Amino acid sequence: MKLQPLEFEKPIVELEEKLADLKRHSRANDINFDSEVQRMEGKIEETKRQIYENLTPWERVQIARHPARPYTLDYLQLSFSDFVELHGDRLFADDRAMPGGMAMLGGVKCVAIGHQKGRELKENIKRNFGCANPEGYRKALRLMRLAEKFGMPFVSLIDTPGAYPGIGSEERHISEAIAVNLREMMVLRVPTVAVVIGEGGSGGALGIGVADRVLMLENAYYSVISPEGCAAILWKHRKHAPEAAKALKLTASDLLSLGVIDEVVSEPQGGAHQNHSAAIENLKQAVARNLRELAKVPVEQLLTERYEKFRRIGEFGGG
Amino acid sequence: MGIFSKPSFTSEKKRDVPEGLWQKCPSCSEVIHNLELIQNLLVCPKCQHHFNLAAGERILQLADPNSFTEHDADLISVDTLKFTGMASYIDRLKSYQKKTGLKDAVITGECKIHEHPVAIAVMDFSFIAATMGSVVGEKIARIIEHATRQRIPVIILSASGGARMYEGVLSLMQMAKTCGALALHSKARLPYISILTHPTTGGVSASFATVGDIIIAEPKAMVGFAGPRVIRETTHQDLPAGFQTSEFLEEHGLVDMIVARKQLRDTLGQLLSYIAPAR
Repeated sequence: MKLQPLEFEKPIVELEEKLADLKRHSRANDINFDSEVQRMEGKIEETKRQIYENLTPWERVQIARHPARPYTLDYLQLSFSDFVELHGDRLFADDRAMPGGMAMLGGVKCVAIGHQKGRELKENIKRNFGCANPEGYRKALRLMRLAEKFGMPFVSLIDTPGAYPGIGSEERHISEAIAVNLREMMVLRVPTVAVVIGEGGSGGALGIGVADRVLMLENAYYSVISPEGCAAILWKHRKHAPEAAKALKLTASDLLSLGVIDEVVSEPQGGAHQNHSAAIENLKQAVARNLRELAKVPVEQLLTERYEKFRRIGEFGGG
Repeated sequence: MGIFSKPSFTSEKKRDVPEGLWQKCPSCSEVIHNLELIQNLLVCPKCQHHFNLAAGERILQLADPNSFTEHDADLISVDTLKFTGMASYIDRLKSYQKKTGLKDAVITGECKIHEHPVAIAVMDFSFIAATMGSVVGEKIARIIEHATRQRIPVIILSASGGARMYEGVLSLMQMAKTCGALALHSKARLPYISILTHPTTGGVSASFATVGDIIIAEPKAMVGFAGPRVIRETTHQDLPAGFQTSEFLEEHGLVDMIVARKQLRDTLGQLLSYIAPAR
């Protein structure tokens, strides 16, 4: 898949085009431009470093939404192995926006679920653009119970713009589906790890996000509202999304310092979409290590620490 | 003046309603004397429209006389994220504190209802649309934990525009915090009655408001996760009549009952007589 460059990546693309020109010229005219080429390559590396090490929150949001980024099923099939998909909430439907099942990770049998987006229109319609209905959250709850019954850790991968705002979604009580998960995940008697792999969109993200360890990919974002939505309300126009993205403190490093997440998982330079196999390996290592650590903790202690962790979040004055 | 021009004195809209003495019902336009409205618990005598009620008023209506003790009255919001949009968060907090006389959007405490001791939390929509930030989450979590220790029921009257954006993801996490506290309360086999009042939406509807052992809604309250405009724009569908009202929720099996304000106290008394722990 040819990667569409993002707006802020244009300087890199321009330099790469120049480099390609130079090489073509060198070949066509049989002139040695080696030192030029080397200089240009150095310049490209330096530009990349400059850009990728100084990403603004809004630029990270764009990377988090990049259609070539690895999605839940990529991780389930490649970071994990032997993935067996289990369908349906046993009540209404199978939510294709939230596939899940059993899989192996670093020799550990796990139950795993996550939001799934599509890369093109047809797949996006099938996956509802990664926006789950109540069925998705109820399937997640069913799989949590399965994990608990058979003593397997529960892993969730978060990548959604938000829970689906639809008529049926309200009729089947999306609010309750999310709320029940929040309550039940807090007392689930197996180790739990949640990873924000792309978009952590509000309640729809948190609905599978209460866990012993909450990890977040370096360029993922996690927010109470989309930057565009926040801009529309507080700045009266969506065009202020970059300011809103900054104000919301939605990046992995911000959330680590606020104590909302436990660990940042690094991404290959330029984002997970630039190097799928590296991203997949990073996630595998990070989740496996956390599962190994959690496996040593007695379940009662696990539950106490999980509760205390979320109980502490929030800042206020007086009393 | 032409014969067909509208005489201005018949235009109801222009009629001067003296501030503080009369109220116009936003639902049926009936002009009601304040005294009558207050006597009717802020419910329109003509169409039964339930006006928004201040948290303190609600407690007075529900609690046994002189039984209420407030908890954590001093908690105040802080601007952790240094949020500056069109107006800064601090400015907004100050203006609402002045306007409402409240410190934040929820009052919590302990009281008795028909002699049953209960932990109670009441949200007040007049304070930044009763959005949930750290203070709302913390006060609700604390009162639930108190109820678990004291082995008493929890009653929460919700009304909320959702999460408080100014506190970013910290406000989102209050959903997990409050539901977590309810999980432990529930594990201790203690009852939680949730009362949905107009409007209960977003992060509050998707957390503590919808996990009651018993869920009561006030008549015609708007209750939903996403706003109707967002749903219309996302789905390009017309919304069904009465969508996201208490009546709609009852019809779809999402709440136990709709109870008019006048009957709420007695209904709670009756429910508590079944499920409150024996003392």
